[in-house]
Parts: sequence; C-alpha cells; structure tokens
Amino acid sequence: MASIYMDNHATTRVDPRVLEAMLPFFTTEFGNAASKSHAFGWRAEEAVTRARTQIARLLNADPKEVVFTSGATESNNLALVGAFEAAAGRGEHVITGATEHPAVLDVVARLEARGARVTILPVDRTGLIDPDALRRAITDRTVLVSLMFANNEVGTIHPVAAIGALCKERGVLFHTDAAQAAGKVPVDVQAMGIDLLSLSAHKVYGPKGAGALYVRRKNPRVILEPMLHGGGHERGLRPGTLNVPGIVGLAAALEIARAEMPLEARRLGALRDRLQEGILARVEDVQVNGHPTARLPHNLSLSFAYVEGEALLMALDDVAVSSGSACSSEKKEPSHVLRAMGLSDTQAQTSLRFGLGRFNTEQEVEHVIGRVAEAVARLREISPLYEMARRTTGAQVTRRIPTS
Amino acid sequence: MAVAGRYNEVVLDHYRNPRNVGEILGSPAVAQVGDPASGDVLKIGLRIENGRVIEARFKSFGCTAAIAAGSMTTILIQGMDLAALDRFSNQDVVAALGGLPESKLHCSVLAEQAIREALRRYREASASVAAGGAPCR
Repeated sequence: MASIYMDNHATTRVDPRVLEAMLPFFTTEFGNAASKSHAFGWRAEEAVTRARTQIARLLNADPKEVVFTSGATESNNLALVGAFEAAAGRGEHVITGATEHPAVLDVVARLEARGARVTILPVDRTGLIDPDALRRAITDRTVLVSLMFANNEVGTIHPVAAIGALCKERGVLFHTDAAQAAGKVPVDVQAMGIDLLSLSAHKVYGPKGAGALYVRRKNPRVILEPMLHGGGHERGLRPGTLNVPGIVGLAAALEIARAEMPLEARRLGALRDRLQEGILARVEDVQVNGHPTARLPHNLSLSFAYVEGEALLMALDDVAVSSGSACSSEKKEPSHVLRAMGLSDTQAQTSLRFGLGRFNTEQEVEHVIGRVAEAVARLREISPLYEMARRTTGAQVTRRIPTS
Repeated sequence: MAVAGRYNEVVLDHYRNPRNVGEILGSPAVAQVGDPASGDVLKIGLRIENGRVIEARFKSFGCTAAIAAGSMTTILIQGMDLAALDRFSNQDVVAALGGLPESKLHCSVLAEQAIREALRRYREASASVAAGGAPCR
C-alpha cells in the first residue's frame, strides 16, 4: 500500500475543488486587489470581497471584521501583540493556557519581556482549563485572555462559549486560536463571545500561507496596534499586497468545510473510533490522551508504554503520523501539552498523534491498526522497559545477584 | 515526517533487523544506562570467559539511532578482550554505522557508557569473588 497520510493536524492536502477555485487567480485573474485603475485590479478586489463575505458568514461576523494574514501564527501575533500594545496604560496582565501552541506561548513570552504580567492556566488530565481558575485569575489589570479553541496534539475542545461569557462579564478581550477547530466544529463569534479569532487555510484543505484574524468591531470595538507598516491594506492592520489566490482558497476551503461538516465530522469520528478501538483491542498498555468527549472528531493521541515515539514512527514507515507536535519533532523534549496534562516525561516520549482527514479511507484505518500492532510488538521485544515491567508484574520478582 | 531520510542504509538495516537482541542471564557484566524520561535507555549484557567477550546482547528504549547503535555495539565487541573493551569508544560505533546525524551522536555515547558500566560491574564482581567473599548487596 502506498504511503498513508494521517497527520492532518500538521497540514492537509488541498481539496481539488479549492485548487480549482484558486487557479484563475494565478493566471488570467492575476490583478492586484489594491489596483483601482483597471479591471484586473477590480476583479481581484471583487474576489477578495466575496471571500471576506463568505468567511464572515461562516463565523457569524461582519465582513469588515475579517483581516487577511499569512496564517494562524501571524494572526496570533497580531492579536496578542496588537491588543497588548493598544492597551498600554490600561493594563498589562495577559492570561493564557499551558497547552497553547508555541505561536501563542512564544508570543506571550515576548510580551513578558516587554513588561506584560502573564498567567498561564494549568489544565487537567483531559487538557481542559478550569473556568473557575480563569475567573480567579482575571484582575482589573487584565487586558487579554488567549485560549485555544481546540488543541493541536490531543484535540481537546475548550468550553469556548463559557470562557467568552466570562471575559464579557469582566470586560476583558478574548482571543482564541481556532487553527485546528475552524471548519471542523461550529464556530460562532457572537454566540461564543469571541473578540479575536485566528484561523488558517492549510488545516482545512486549503493552501499554505493564507489565514485570517477576526477582529470584533462592535461590543466592544477591538483596537489593535499593527505589527507591519507599509500601506493601508486591511484597514492599516496588515499592509502588504493581498494573496488573492490564497484568500480565495481559504474562503473556498471554509465554505466546503461548513457545508460538509455534519457528514464529515460523523465519518471521521467513526474512523477515529475504529482506529482507537482497533489499536486498543490488539495492543496492551496503551493510553488515550485528551478528553473522552470534548475532542476533535479526527484526533487520536496515544501513549504506547515502553516504546519510544521516534522508533515507532520509523517502524510505521508507510504511515505519516507524528510524535508530539510537528514543530518539536526535531527536539527530543517531551511534548509540553502532554506534560501539562500530567503525563510523565517517559509517557510523553511514547506518544503518537494520529490526525485523520477528508481523504482517509476505512481500508487505510484497518491497515494502520495492523501496522501499529506489529510495530509496537516488535519494539517492545527490544525494550528493556518492557522487560522490566513484565518481570515486576510477573508472579515472581527475581533479582539477580552477581555471583561467580 | 520523513524520518528514514535522515539515516543511512546501515543504520536503517540495524534498526529494522537488530542483531543480538536479548538478555544475558547470570552474568555480572550487565548494565542499563540512560533515562526513560529523555527517551533513551540502553541495556547491554556481556558474557565474558577467559578474558574475552563470548556473547553480547542488548535491548533499547530509544530512537532509531539508539537501536542501531546498540545492535552495532554487540557486533563490534564480540570476541574482544578486556583491554580492547577498555579502549572501546563511541567513535567506533559511529564509524561502523557509517555516521549518525549530529543530533543523534548521544546514542553512540550511551553505548560506550553501557560498556564501561558493564565492565565496571564485571570487575567489581570478580574482585569480590577473588577476595573470597560472596557479594553482600
């Protein structure tokens, strides 16, 4: 069987329908959306306006509230740095969570160096923050709460509406990184009280290099300090010639995701459940990480006791999955997400993340179950930790004393 | 993640078909080094007779390079006398494997540490026997 891609939290293949929508904007419709003096520019601008309207509708937002960026990392930077700087004088306290993506945690660390006071909320074993802890953490100097919609490693979905309501009540801005959630689960910025929301095209079968930041304009009107300077694009918040094909692709990808969400979530949920049950039925000592129900339907994070993650990845050489998050796979440091959830470093070293996607089939899932079972069995035979565990759980615990 | 692309064929072969996996029972020359929390544990066992390694076995909880280094080490030290074992270095493992990625060199260091520790235990046990006492620990 050819290579099977099951790393859809890292990125996704572009849906052919998305590609088709994008193609004219590389060739005949190549105009600059900011060119006001000819039809090439007008048509590009029209396409951007259409995309903005589509995306706004999906979020239950106003088109003016959508700012195009290069992706969720840039959106997170603009939201956090922009809101922090715009709040200068009113407050300097920022609250976030321990399982956030580095595209939030690293930005928050940067803000700290610029004088922010930062609270990082812990999570429980399922990856959820405690809303009461958030309530207690908010002070009259708090300017921003940033908590992800859904986690990229274990798929845990935060109670976003409850967090939004709490932030509204206390008059604090609420930003959510929805890179993993947008297009996968319903997102409604009004109902959920979201003030700033980051999303990315390439996580929902769209192109890399395109994303957006939702910036609320009413109740309250969110003011951001721009990070880039050099032109009035995107109401001055994000200058630079618009990536028209990418923007068209982002909107097309989100539109398809919205239309197919109920069916796709059910199909991927069933495939994920089959993958989980299939592996658990054939392999002992496997732990499922994340929340049992508040979890992205296509996510599966497993810890295989006694087997090191990279060796396991290598054994699954026809299956693309990842250990920890892709960003840290060159480092040997155990995943900060799993550690925040209370896994030991050793457990974190034994973890794999499966991310199912639109193009996976039942047949692929069955194949992967078999490959995982074989690989774990083989590596456990080599593992001294497995040998020790078997010995200590066996009927007799033997301790060899050196004798001649 | 193209894990395989980072390793040469010798490393991959030893990872896929590790030689001499197992335990040595009843020998003092057994050592386990490394830390599971950092994802690297290597256990090496030697059977030494008449001052030579007549059998070597390993087990590894570690990455591809760690498994390959353990496997290669058991081949390299087969038949070595104790003086040669004392000179055994992680560079020998790296060279025999045809090189390891920079970030994986520590896997070969673990192999050297395991050999040192196994030898230390072997000598300790031999000395205690020579001194006429049964080991009391």
